[in-house]
Amino acid sequence: MAKLNLNREPMTKQDPKTRGKNFNEVALGYSAEQAKAEASRCIQCPKHSCTDGCPVEIDIPGFIKAVLDDNMPEAVRILKDKNSLPGICGRVCPQETQCEMTCNLAKKGGPIAIGRLERYVADWERVHPRITEQRKGQISFNGKRVAVVGSGPAGLTCAADLAKLGYRVTIFEALHVAGGVLMYGIPEFRLPKIIVQVEVGYVKSLGVEIKLDHVIGKIATVDELLEDGFDAVFLAPGAGAPMFLDIPGENLSGIYSANEFLTRTNLMKAYRFPEYDTPIQVGRRVAVFGAGNVAMDASRCALRLGAEEVYIIYRRSKAEMPARLEERENAEEEGVIFKLLTNPNKFLGDGRGRVKAVELHEMELGEPDASGRPRPIQKPGSEFIMEIDTAIPALGTRPNPIIPSTTKGLELTKWGTVLTDEATGRTSKDRVWCGGDMATGAATVISAMGAGRRAATDIDTWLRNSN
Amino acid sequence: MFRIISGQTLATKIHLFKIEAPAIARKALAGQFVVIRVDERGERIPLTIADWDGKEGSVTVVFMEVGATTFRLALLKAGDFIADFVGPLGIPSHIGKFGTVVCVAGGVGAAPIAPIARALKDKGNKIISILGARNKDLLFWEDKLRGVSHRLIVTTDDGTYGCKGVVTGPLKELLESGEKVDRVIAIGPSIMMKFCAQTTQPFGVKTIVSLNPIMVDGTGMCGCCRISVGGVTKFACVDGPDFDGHQVDWDLLFARQRIYLDEEKRSFEQWQAQMGKRS
Repeated sequence: MAKLNLNREPMTKQDPKTRGKNFNEVALGYSAEQAKAEASRCIQCPKHSCTDGCPVEIDIPGFIKAVLDDNMPEAVRILKDKNSLPGICGRVCPQETQCEMTCNLAKKGGPIAIGRLERYVADWERVHPRITEQRKGQISFNGKRVAVVGSGPAGLTCAADLAKLGYRVTIFEALHVAGGVLMYGIPEFRLPKIIVQVEVGYVKSLGVEIKLDHVIGKIATVDELLEDGFDAVFLAPGAGAPMFLDIPGENLSGIYSANEFLTRTNLMKAYRFPEYDTPIQVGRRVAVFGAGNVAMDASRCALRLGAEEVYIIYRRSKAEMPARLEERENAEEEGVIFKLLTNPNKFLGDGRGRVKAVELHEMELGEPDASGRPRPIQKPGSEFIMEIDTAIPALGTRPNPIIPSTTKGLELTKWGTVLTDEATGRTSKDRVWCGGDMATGAATVISAMGAGRRAATDIDTWLRNSN
Repeated sequence: MFRIISGQTLATKIHLFKIEAPAIARKALAGQFVVIRVDERGERIPLTIADWDGKEGSVTVVFMEVGATTFRLALLKAGDFIADFVGPLGIPSHIGKFGTVVCVAGGVGAAPIAPIARALKDKGNKIISILGARNKDLLFWEDKLRGVSHRLIVTTDDGTYGCKGVVTGPLKELLESGEKVDRVIAIGPSIMMKFCAQTTQPFGVKTIVSLNPIMVDGTGMCGCCRISVGGVTKFACVDGPDFDGHQVDWDLLFARQRIYLDEEKRSFEQWQAQMGKRS
């Protein structure tokens, strides 16, 4: 047996100085040589522990072997058998806590770069699209219709899985493009919108119909969908309502929820204002509150929109930051400044309704709290003022009220999320399933996809048994 | 894409479009709004629904040319398409049996108030409407409002038509005249709604206003339209757009409506320059 190679093939990135000023993709992907070099490191262990770490159970050693064997159509087939959105997952999945963490080589410190290989295969397919075309026409309609509410990762995955099984699926999307958070939330430089649209196109090629500009709960209720000939409804509308800091001055102009800041930038393309109509203001100095992936995205967008100084303000320390290490490093390299163990008290206005400064105070870490992380405690007398032009609370989201308030018999949790059986996606309401952030609160793209997959399986079982 | 069935210019720079949107027309109720996007590069703006026809499958909106988006919209005509038309959004107006309701419309506010007045009249309320505009050329739907009101008072700021003055004049006179007013609904420019609320406050008459802050998605996702009502932050798009005028923090609303004045000017100038090049 050959000696283990623990050196991961690095992926080229745009230079931090240049990339901080453009919205082009930061990571540039593998060349064919790099991909094969990385694929050759896989020892094809019989345990497939990587697959155990994948929420959608991709045959990872299988597709890696196909890459190594130069059989790219086979690599695509294996990937798409389980994952309808590989170009997206290859870019935004937290592989380090999933497949790459359970990879046998991880114990020795050099797991296979599964995400990068997945991306390589998806990108190869994008320029060699024959395979998806062959897929059409092979599926015969089984006579059942399913409505999917929301075209984010959960909705797209559920729709694609059901379409492959012969269901006629209609996705209802509230916004003017399909993709949900993949379009409005995750920035272009991390996930180019063309990639999302190609993968949405793949889902459509399976026969899925996508109705844009349809806010379910308004244009039609869930009950009306069920009365209107849909045999089942899968709810995947996203969490969809921003949380604020709940401190004085938060409604001053210049304070954006991360959702608004990212939606203006990514969905409405405010970075190309005035070529695109939607404006955004960043000013010179920006403070982002929170330290998750969304906070990293917002801070990096702010830099690219021309801010001179961008701060991440977080009440705990670096060790507790919820963002992926890679995103944190990218932000740091680009010049985002981390102000840790710091928390805001209030925003101060300029007398004309605009934010001018934020009053902050220092924190120290105490005993572990309910989350197991050290509880941050305010340091007495540590208040100080920081002048800012823009503030972006990136504190997560809570469930949007539109569907819960218009759907009879849909039980909610105390957090306002839809009460959902995790294994099946079933809700308290007959013929209604739910998944993604609406069921779990804000989580990751791949966990939403996993929920979409599980719901599709259960919807299929249920509908076959209900005949 | 949504087809414009017909268009009409109602007054100087004020236009009406009837849009083909059968699914929205089936569900629309008085007081709700739509979010529109003119084309691929357009912004999303909210417009209150002025009328709808479930049989015809049409939704009517009325808008005034104020910036790049509405100017571009005004160039379209019957048979043209707009990219997006989303609705019906927001919580419908509360249509109860109140007794006597005074409906006060300022400028373009005549359009959204008409279906509310109609619904309230159908419910058995006595409707007194006050319709105001800066001058005669900006007045529209006088007949339509008369048709849904028991009594109509028209004002113009400059006295070119109807009573000279602003809408709060006759509103105050009504309240002082001993007429038992059970509810006031005021729709129009924010400043006009604020003064209507101020006028009715001493009389303790519940006053509902329909707020129109800047929005992006219009579905509660971004929080751009947040306002403060009774000291509590609300999102106009999902919690409104109707609110108790006596509880609204008007200064906050004004400040948030002014955020993008510079950008709106820049956008408009660029649009004008482009139009100049084309002609």
